[in-house]
Amino acid sequence: MGMTITEKILAASAGKKCVEPGDLINAKIDCIMCHDVTTPPAISMLKAAGIDRVFDNEKIVVTPDHFQPAKDIKSAELHKRLDSWAKEKNIKHYYKVGKAGVCHALLPEQGHIRPGEVIIGGDSHTCTYGAFAAFSTGIGSTDLAAAIATGEIWFKVPSSIKFVLNGTFGKGVYSKDVILEVIAQIGTDGALYKAMEFVGPALKKMSMEARMTITNMAIEAGGKNGIIAFDEVTKKYLDEHLKDKKDYTIYESDPDAKYERVVEIDCSKLEPTVTFPHLPSGGKPIGQCSGIEMDQAYIGSCTNGRIEDLRIAAEIMKGKEVAIRTIIVPATPEIWKQAKDEGLFDIFYEAGCVISAPTCGACLGGFMGILAAGEKCISTTNRNFIGRMGSPKSEVYLASPATAAASAVEGKLTDCRRFL
Amino acid sequence: MSKAHTYKKDHINTDEIIPARYLNTDDVAELAAHCMEDLDTEFVNKCVPGDCIVAGDDFGCGSSREHAVWALQGAKIGAVIAQNFARIFYRNCINCGFYPIELANAPELIADGDEIEIDYKAGVIDNKTQGKKIEFKPLPDFALEIINDGGLLEHIKKK
Repeated sequence: MGMTITEKILAASAGKKCVEPGDLINAKIDCIMCHDVTTPPAISMLKAAGIDRVFDNEKIVVTPDHFQPAKDIKSAELHKRLDSWAKEKNIKHYYKVGKAGVCHALLPEQGHIRPGEVIIGGDSHTCTYGAFAAFSTGIGSTDLAAAIATGEIWFKVPSSIKFVLNGTFGKGVYSKDVILEVIAQIGTDGALYKAMEFVGPALKKMSMEARMTITNMAIEAGGKNGIIAFDEVTKKYLDEHLKDKKDYTIYESDPDAKYERVVEIDCSKLEPTVTFPHLPSGGKPIGQCSGIEMDQAYIGSCTNGRIEDLRIAAEIMKGKEVAIRTIIVPATPEIWKQAKDEGLFDIFYEAGCVISAPTCGACLGGFMGILAAGEKCISTTNRNFIGRMGSPKSEVYLASPATAAASAVEGKLTDCRRFL
Repeated sequence: MSKAHTYKKDHINTDEIIPARYLNTDDVAELAAHCMEDLDTEFVNKCVPGDCIVAGDDFGCGSSREHAVWALQGAKIGAVIAQNFARIFYRNCINCGFYPIELANAPELIADGDEIEIDYKAGVIDNKTQGKKIEFKPLPDFALEIINDGGLLEHIKKK
């Protein structure tokens, strides 16, 4: 019986020849991502339980990101707890403020993500790393604590849904539009507990940045992990980013692997998409919703705060002025520097945007762009739940960087193709 | 005996259970004070220790924040009874020693304000108000053990 890529990685991590959906396995962890919200409680739990140790100080990557730099006294206390622990345990890969960035952009960029590995993190968007043919999923603080101490975690092997991305992208359509369309089609629990495996010719042409946007949002359909097979694009990115450990294992789904369902998406037919509040499944083509007035545009986050995203936004804003307050958040210090060096900051400055330090910031209603009651925000982030970016009476509309930039210029939901 | 707070709603997410603006602390009492705030501003005031939440599909979707479970525990909620749960939240519940009960048609079987009694091991909810006994599939023994020990870490310590 054939296996999917997810099944193969999980089998290998548990030292088994084969597994099937529903099997409970104990996986060995290759990398643990730790940030400022969910790790400090995990550390306190370990201390309280008297198992205050780390399984491997080289396999844990620490970065404050949600409220970094500290937004208030309480978050400063969280950072202090994270900082003292990282120093005490001699964590090798600890990104302090200045090097810290939005975790899911930072870890691949700094070469911590390798194909075939099992990666967990105390954050639901940990599924992002599946773009690198790895098994990667988010967990809570207790699982995180146990994983930090033991280097192991139990999983139920998920069944897989295959998403075949056919066709080619039209002008103004990006990977964000694809994943918003997928979630609109299957719903926020359409892949509950399942692996979402993305394949197809449209994917082959996407950069790693664009692919990460897709796997990042697997959780918004309830998925346990999102995953994309290794290819030349993956190899090129890894050749440029891996540092100390450069070897990895490539797993591929067997031709006779079993899928619970196959969903075909014709990317040629997609339009720029806007997802309406208050669920990530509320996607509509721009043709059906342009003209709705916005109060703010937000371009950043682990979904769309990478250099490619900033380039697209800058291309649209060049020589224009934004009509609403517009916040640009490069996801990591390297992205920040690159955007500056490429002259994108000049374009954003001249357009009247504010440029932030790398942070998760307002994506989760932390700081740096919180919404007042009644306000509407067009955002390149991943969630639009009630109160997500501020007041429970505010509204978040999800879209690609191009749609967000075009809407920022016009002050209302706008078809980005007009500017391309 | 506990009172049911029934929300005929699917996808009650972690941002509604505990908004991220309060995640700058992991103090359970502080989190509890804002439990379910963006969904129901009266929730904290009307809930009595041992009460249960009843809801539709996909309860707890969204973030991995265990703070959502801590907020419910801090508000002294006894259990959440939902048609089904989001994956990370479900796992977090058991890890924290908190009961997630899966029950088809939960919001139809248990109305807002109903008095109920739950036998977690047998898998029976006695709806006293409606005079009906409702069966559910109990959690497997290993999960019940973790919950009874007060969560995963306590369970490991005990072992």
